[in-house]
Amino acid sequence: MSAGSRPVVLAVALVALAVVGGWLGVGVGSTGWAWPGAAAADAVAAQIAWDIRLPRTAVAWLAGALLGLAGAVAQGLFRNPLADPFLLGSASGAALGVALALVGAGGASMALDGWSRLGLTGAAFAGALAGVGLTLALARGVQHTLRLLLAGVIVGVVLGAARELVTLADPAVLQAMQGFMLGSTALSGWPAVVVMAAALGLSGLTALGLGRVLDGLALGEATARSLGLPLGAARLALVGALALATGAAVAQTGLIAFVGLAAPHLVRAIAPARHASLVLLSALMGGALLLAADLAARALIAPQELPVGVLTALLGGGYLLWLMHRRGVLGGGS
Amino acid sequence: MTAGWRVGASLAARLISLAGALLVSALLATAQAAQAAPVAITDDRGVTVRLPAPPQRIVSLLPSLTETVCALGRCDRLVGVDRYSNHPASVRGLPTVGGGLDPQIETIVALRPDVVLAAVSARGIERLESLGLRVVALEPRTTAQARAALLALGGLLDAPRADRVWQAVEDGVAAAAAAQPSRVPPLRVYVEASAGGFAAGPSSFMGELMARLGWVNVVDAALGPFPRLNPEAVVRADPDLILIAERDAAGLAQRPGWAGMRAVREGHVCTFTPAQGDILVRPGPRMAEAAALMARCAAVRGTR
Repeated sequence: MSAGSRPVVLAVALVALAVVGGWLGVGVGSTGWAWPGAAAADAVAAQIAWDIRLPRTAVAWLAGALLGLAGAVAQGLFRNPLADPFLLGSASGAALGVALALVGAGGASMALDGWSRLGLTGAAFAGALAGVGLTLALARGVQHTLRLLLAGVIVGVVLGAARELVTLADPAVLQAMQGFMLGSTALSGWPAVVVMAAALGLSGLTALGLGRVLDGLALGEATARSLGLPLGAARLALVGALALATGAAVAQTGLIAFVGLAAPHLVRAIAPARHASLVLLSALMGGALLLAADLAARALIAPQELPVGVLTALLGGGYLLWLMHRRGVLGGGS
Repeated sequence: MTAGWRVGASLAARLISLAGALLVSALLATAQAAQAAPVAITDDRGVTVRLPAPPQRIVSLLPSLTETVCALGRCDRLVGVDRYSNHPASVRGLPTVGGGLDPQIETIVALRPDVVLAAVSARGIERLESLGLRVVALEPRTTAQARAALLALGGLLDAPRADRVWQAVEDGVAAAAAAQPSRVPPLRVYVEASAGGFAAGPSSFMGELMARLGWVNVVDAALGPFPRLNPEAVVRADPDLILIAERDAAGLAQRPGWAGMRAVREGHVCTFTPAQGDILVRPGPRMAEAAALMARCAAVRGTR
């Protein structure tokens, strides 16, 4: 297999995984495995398959795709392999935005109709933008990796504390947020699918269109500038895409960690490619990862289920440790 | 001949049993027709839920509502409860459908409930409704709300004499209060409602019961229903009596300054087990039991 065909093979494999996972997702649930085709016989079984399992399966894939996309954009934009929506303050900003929106809604908990779902996404988007903006301002640009990461950690902690403060003020919001912090796809229906698909389309097209800028940035700021790339506007658009992707994922499914970090890493390890392909493949990879995690979360302790965010934090943390260990060994050897 | 007679006899027996079955089902149908009056309930969200007949299959996502349904004599209509519902014992065998924070939508839908009872703050209410289920959101926090919830559910479930069920609860509380010796000055009490130092304030359901018993709550009403007090504020308030969960009582003397507090020093501390804690903190039909528990505590440990 030539190096050039690898991304194509990977893309085909990931799409196939998504299809198989989606098919499994219709069958796996509280009642154990059921053949999706058999559902049509019984109205309730059909409703469970098509109105509960199918949308939540789609939401799992979409949330993973959004986070994978956000991760790939962040890592390219900040020329930093550790950049992740959660390490740049954008996820904690999004969560703060959601908390403020919930307080604004009078602590009306999660009894939300379609419009307030859109409102939540908007609040999360604004929060994510503010979080990234604050991180960039504190780091005074993206040049210093260490400073960027430290600023991201600081912003994450401070915004997290602000979120705690906001939620503690109102017991109803506290309860709603508690559930929200455990990222989960269990309560998502078709409206969430529509909102997330729109966000994925918008941020995906932006990132794909600006793939050349990300390629240029990978060569260094000066080189990118000498290539005549419109860095200022492009950066702004990419930060917007990053915030939109993170905000949409966080608003609909809560905090789901490590998918955004792991997906681009896996893609680079399997099939190194230019940024336009990397972004696309990372979205597919993130979707496949979270879909698999969601299936596991549903099946592991059935008929109960785990919040998928807990599972991805465990798996993702393990992956990161393994990566660190391997790098450590390589570093020691060289 | 005999064989033919036997066939005839068994045919007759079948006919009789068939007629019997028809009669029984006809009677049942009449009984159901008598029951099948439309019912309606306006819940704590202000939403009016109308059903063509009293619900026969109920899922409850809140322990106090589970207990209320059972107190109304409709325990047999529950087909699923949340994981925290543990009273009466018969509900423990029912399918559990997650909790208020993580209701298992799919399990609930598979149970085909006529109505789902949930707290207003429960997640997934909108999701359940979008799937065509009827959700009644009730979240009693005070005695008055517990009464309103019981009466409203009594109407929804077509339960006979819901008002008498409530009257029995009220009588129980009154009896517990009457049995208390009157104290001048009144007993000053600190109740720690849940782990982490959350006190029962006067506006909480527990605070209301304390007032009914003639106690003075050392917690300021302005702090809200379940405020988290600074430990030193309790030391300064110097209560006559402390109520606290068994598992938190062990560390009481280790709290800063608490070892020297009069109530701790002289053993004026009542501890409650997790099961008793459930009775104390759930605003529902076991309110009389809660009042009795508190009164007994004062009788045993409240002497000055």
